[in-house]
Amino acid sequence: MPGTVQSIERAAAILQVVAGSGGTLGVTEIAGAVGLAKTTTHSLLRTLLAVGFVDQDRSTGRYSLGAGLLRLGAGHLDVNELRARASNWADALASRSGQAVRLATLAGDHVDVVHHVFRPDDSVQVLDVGTRLPAATTALGKVLLASAAGRHGGGTGVGDVAVDRVELAEVRARGWATGRVGPDLGVSGLAAPVRGSTGLVVAALGISGPTSVVLDGRGAPRPALLTMVLDAAQAVSRELGHSG
Amino acid sequence: MTDRYVLAVDQGTTSTRSIVFDRSGRMVAVRQREHRQHFPRPGWVEHDPMEIWANTQRTAAQVLRDVAAADGDVVALGIANQRETTVVWDRATGRPVGRALVWQDTRTAELVTELSARPDAAIVAERAGMDIAGYFAGPRLRWILDHVPRARERAEAGELLFGTMETWLIWNLTGGPEGGVHVTDVTNASRTLLMDVRTCRWDADLLAFFDVPAVMLPEIRPSVGVLGTATALSPAIPIAGALGDQQAALFGQVCFAPGDAKCTYGTGSFLLQNTGTELVRSRSGSISTVAYQLAGEPVRYALEGSVAVAGALVQWLRDGLGLIATAPEVETLARTVRDNGGCYVVPAFSGLLAPHWRGEARGLVAGLTGYVTKGHLARAALEATGWQTRDVVQAMEADSGLSLAALRVDGGMTTNNLLMQFVADVLDTPVVRPMVGETVSLGAAYAAGLAVGVWSDVEALKRNWHRSAQWTPVPARARALSAEYPRWERAVQLSIAWGAP
Ligand SMILES: Nc1ncnc2c1ncn2[C@@H]1O[C@H](COP(=O)(O)OP(=O)(O)OP(=O)(O)O)[C@@H](O)[C@H]1O
Repeated sequence: MPGTVQSIERAAAILQVVAGSGGTLGVTEIAGAVGLAKTTTHSLLRTLLAVGFVDQDRSTGRYSLGAGLLRLGAGHLDVNELRARASNWADALASRSGQAVRLATLAGDHVDVVHHVFRPDDSVQVLDVGTRLPAATTALGKVLLASAAGRHGGGTGVGDVAVDRVELAEVRARGWATGRVGPDLGVSGLAAPVRGSTGLVVAALGISGPTSVVLDGRGAPRPALLTMVLDAAQAVSRELGHSG
Repeated sequence: MTDRYVLAVDQGTTSTRSIVFDRSGRMVAVRQREHRQHFPRPGWVEHDPMEIWANTQRTAAQVLRDVAAADGDVVALGIANQRETTVVWDRATGRPVGRALVWQDTRTAELVTELSARPDAAIVAERAGMDIAGYFAGPRLRWILDHVPRARERAEAGELLFGTMETWLIWNLTGGPEGGVHVTDVTNASRTLLMDVRTCRWDADLLAFFDVPAVMLPEIRPSVGVLGTATALSPAIPIAGALGDQQAALFGQVCFAPGDAKCTYGTGSFLLQNTGTELVRSRSGSISTVAYQLAGEPVRYALEGSVAVAGALVQWLRDGLGLIATAPEVETLARTVRDNGGCYVVPAFSGLLAPHWRGEARGLVAGLTGYVTKGHLARAALEATGWQTRDVVQAMEADSGLSLAALRVDGGMTTNNLLMQFVADVLDTPVVRPMVGETVSLGAAYAAGLAVGVWSDVEALKRNWHRSAQWTPVPARARALSAEYPRWERAVQLSIAWGAP
């Protein structure tokens, strides 16, 4: 193959072997499988490890695909595909909770509304698919920021968004967030993460409604609604191939 | 208090789904199984009735198990089915004489040309409410009688039974060779060309015209009312409703008032408008069909605009051209450009149905220039579905005089916001999607539940309907699209001319 870079070819071959092995091979077996010297294979694996494309089990020394590689793939989830897959579950959530439902993805310091189901009371509502909401104050945004912060390690590096890092850590740990929806304090949101097949958070799914309906007097979500939101987010995750 | 659930079986073109609904019309459990598509020759499409019966039994048994632990009893079964698909079987053994001829199958084209040329052909449109076309079940039944060895002789001797899919399933569910009930519902019967659409009885002259023996036909029953007991299920439950799938969607969308209309966007698109107890004779290319009938009540009619290719065009972009990996990605691709770039796709893959009824038409892409990209093609493909909706809506409004206040939509393509907004703009009418997307199954469940008293009346069903999304026409866009419409009409004329012999 003229014009190809040999070390990239070799790295690709290694990744294919590692992907196929399901994390059962050490450096000797990998070197054997790709037909390279053990030292060459070792240095290539060290680079792949450094960029996060492979992981190494500390106790056994065996290699598996890294989160960095999986993230590349997860970025390819098409938002229209996401909406189509989530649609039945979003409808069911709106119907059970009696509240409006939104599905959103993170776009810098905003979230993009990918799907919107009306509150099932037949009142006049406007479809807001394609609009942007602030990430820092909305429940949907907090869920997405929390997972982004998690990926970048321990609550740093979520861009210039002014957020409460303690709250984000909490959101990440408990798996849901509450927040505002717009400037109106009388409306509150409740959201949970949707995970793709790689286990990474790809979207947030949530409801919004009158604060007194969504939250109790102390600002905690009503347990019945919380269960519905968590179940729906989990159902969509399963639909996307997440097995957890 | 224990809830009362209703089981719906949606026997569709690609799969069979069993769904359990609660009294609020919410889905409680769902199981689905696809069946094989057989394409023995170009234009021929067949399904194995035994496979479909096995899938029905299996998915129904699974959902009944799924809800066995729930606090509710399943009290009735409703069936919705792919329409016009034709089965003939042996009443003694329960074995089909061959595979089912599917509604997409075009093998009867020659027969239809021959029949249409007969001097007495006008009685078909007059009695059956629609012109002779290969789309309906009657010509398929005739084809089987003509081509399957000894079929006619055995049918005349009373050994063979005919049915559309719901008839086949009900017969099997109620015992098959051991006392199976041989019935069809009035909506399915209205798709055979063998029924008088006013009296809702098999018509002797139509039977003579198509040369079909009366002994093999099922008894015609109302869509809402007990048809028999499904002893093949455990627990055995009454089969209390049956409707063709598009009529089921109309029912599930609670389109009970004259003028109410829905359009289902799946493989094809099917727009039905309730015309009440009055049968409207179409002059503009819609079909006059039965909408539904409640036991003991007069038949309700509908006008229908059937379009063969809607989502199927998106599938073709995916499988035929490889432009996209999944159907929803067509929207992403279409949004890479701002308009159709002057490009029009007429998806007349096997002719055009409503309102043109030109079997000879073939697909084309008009307006190709070097400027056109795959993004424009994707947009033109989506727009084709919108333009075709406008074609049928215009025809329908001309026939019924009922103008459309809003269009209720459902089906796989309704998660496509670009398309739904285009439909709203091209019709200059609000487009509304209900909370329960599975309107076909829901309609079957409603029919059955109504018959056994789970719901008191259609008003109770209307209270279950809620809007989940609405697309409102943008006046400037609507005006621009009206000005553009003649270009689409020209592309359609070209596709008809292209296919002309
Ligand atoms: N987001 C989308 N945009 C455009 N087309 C879509 C989208 N999602 C699905 N489709 C198309 O919709 C069709 C599937 O819809 P659906 O499942 O409602 O119908 P169906 O296969 O006709 O049903 P059945 O098998 O029950 O008769 C496919 O043809 C697919 O290409």
